[in-house]
Amino acid sequence: MSRYGALRVLREGLTGNRGWQPVWREPQPKESYEVVIVGGGGHGLATAFYLAAEHGITDVAVLEKGALGQGNVGRNTTIIRSNYLLPANTAFYERSLKLWESLERTLDFNTMVSQRGVLNLYHSDAQRDAFARRGNAMRLAGIDAELLNRDEVRELVPLLDFKDARFPIEGGLLQRRGGTARHDAVAWGFARAADQRGVDLIQDCEVTGFDIDGDRVRAVRTTRGPIRARKVGIAVAGHTSQVAQLAGLDLPIESHVLQAFVTEAVKPLLHHVVTFGAAHFYISQSDKGGLVFGGDLDGWNSFAQRGNLPTMERVMSSAVAMLPCLGRLRVVRQWGGVMDMSFDGSPFICRTPIEGLYLNGGWCYGGFKATPGSGWCFAHTIAKDEPHPDNAAYTIERFREGRLIDESGHGPFPWAH
Amino acid sequence: MHRIRCPFCGARDETEFAYRGDATKRRPPDDADEDAFFDYVYRRANPKDWHVEWWHHTGGCRRLVKVVRHTVTHEVHWTGWPDQPPSLPDGAP
Ligand SMILES: Cc1cc2nc3c(=O)[nH]c(=O)nc-3n(C[C@H](O)[C@H](O)[C@H](O)COP(=O)(O)OP(=O)(O)OC[C@H]3O[C@@H](n4cnc5c(N)ncnc54)[C@H](O)[C@@H]3O)c2cc1C
Ligand SMILES: [Zn+2]
Repeated sequence: MSRYGALRVLREGLTGNRGWQPVWREPQPKESYEVVIVGGGGHGLATAFYLAAEHGITDVAVLEKGALGQGNVGRNTTIIRSNYLLPANTAFYERSLKLWESLERTLDFNTMVSQRGVLNLYHSDAQRDAFARRGNAMRLAGIDAELLNRDEVRELVPLLDFKDARFPIEGGLLQRRGGTARHDAVAWGFARAADQRGVDLIQDCEVTGFDIDGDRVRAVRTTRGPIRARKVGIAVAGHTSQVAQLAGLDLPIESHVLQAFVTEAVKPLLHHVVTFGAAHFYISQSDKGGLVFGGDLDGWNSFAQRGNLPTMERVMSSAVAMLPCLGRLRVVRQWGGVMDMSFDGSPFICRTPIEGLYLNGGWCYGGFKATPGSGWCFAHTIAKDEPHPDNAAYTIERFREGRLIDESGHGPFPWAH
Repeated sequence: MHRIRCPFCGARDETEFAYRGDATKRRPPDDADEDAFFDYVYRRANPKDWHVEWWHHTGGCRRLVKVVRHTVTHEVHWTGWPDQPPSLPDGAP
């Protein structure tokens, strides 16, 4: 398959764009594979790509119950960053951010990675101290972080409400290397690059069970027949509990719905990703001009890919509290996605008690930024049958052992993370 | 918007309540082993189906309400006091 480039685009443009071909095959499932990945979202596709590219394992199938990339990878607000406090998270998310920085070259696909900077606002002295601590932890780990005062924030984002008496903006923590990426392109780029290396991407193929012999997985049962596999990796995001239960595992996960919103397009007005410190709210402007934003989970167990009005109202009030100029814009789209919320807000990339069965899940609402790092670490874990140091802490056992990775300190309440 | 019937206050908007999760779990006795506590605090069935759950009526009588609600349709089927056995619709697992 030819590579993408300016000359190719020019030639196709001059000849009516008739030369483009589908970018991946539509193979029939084989009877058996060395590795089967369940779930064709960002993480499943990235895992398949890195299995082939980093470990030379190309006898791989990705089984997706619907169409590729229609799950959370195509529903998120596209923020990427590595501004964490806890060592387990800083190492993992920084690996992921580094992979983002060269992803377009790696995949030969324009994933529109835009390092426009992620700015977390603080509104009190206590919050400033907490942000200073997090920024220092990041710098100790070799990650960029800058603590800004009020005037420095005003220079970057003059449209913020600096006159709000209830939540005065005192400053912000800025990670300049953070930003956004084009979510759909990430799914398509990984899919195309995995397909090119021989991975079978199989759509409309739901996994409905596992054949487990003693304590080893032998095959998956699917709506398109049984498929044998030496190793099986689960990467199904919001349905992690359901698929793990097919293998007899009850995980510390609840599924919750998270909404996103987009306004009508306007000329460039917001050049960074900005998060409000007085409520849970984050916003950026897409290249098409729409303001893309979101807030809290709806807050109760749900598998419905749609949101509810009380949360909408909360998100809108945060939006106009932070950026009053948004009050005149119309919201043109709104949707929801199902999050696999873990009990400490951190993910799983690990082996399971069943030999040959591996788990990738518990991403909560922060899994988009993790996509390349998660695929890279999960591929390593599957290929070597042991975790890489960067994902070694993301086990299921950490809950029993008391080694929680509770970045926000909210305790064992998944809806609060 | 869920409408939740508090057995004490009557039907109220969800915004008066704070969600408190799975109501099928029972705190084990203090001398129970690690497994029992792991199960109580962390292990969840997370059904894509009817779910028995706690809602705390923080904006009303401040009592805990037990609710049977569907996690796909969001229909509230039953509400009751904490010590009442929940009533599940016919055919629910
Ligand atoms: C509104 C919203 C905003 C978000 N914002 C951000 C953000 O700004 N930054 C960030 O980092 N993260 C964000 N996230 C989180 C992020 O999108 C997810 O954590 C991440 O996409 C999950 O991994 P995935 O891409 O593999 O999931 P998905 O794309 O959901 O992939 C899982 C796939 O598994 C398939 N599947 C399920 N069950 C089966 C089965 N039995 N057999 C076969 N296939 C199955 C599904 O159909 C699905 O395609 C957001 C999420 C939402 C919903
Ligand atoms: Zn009440």
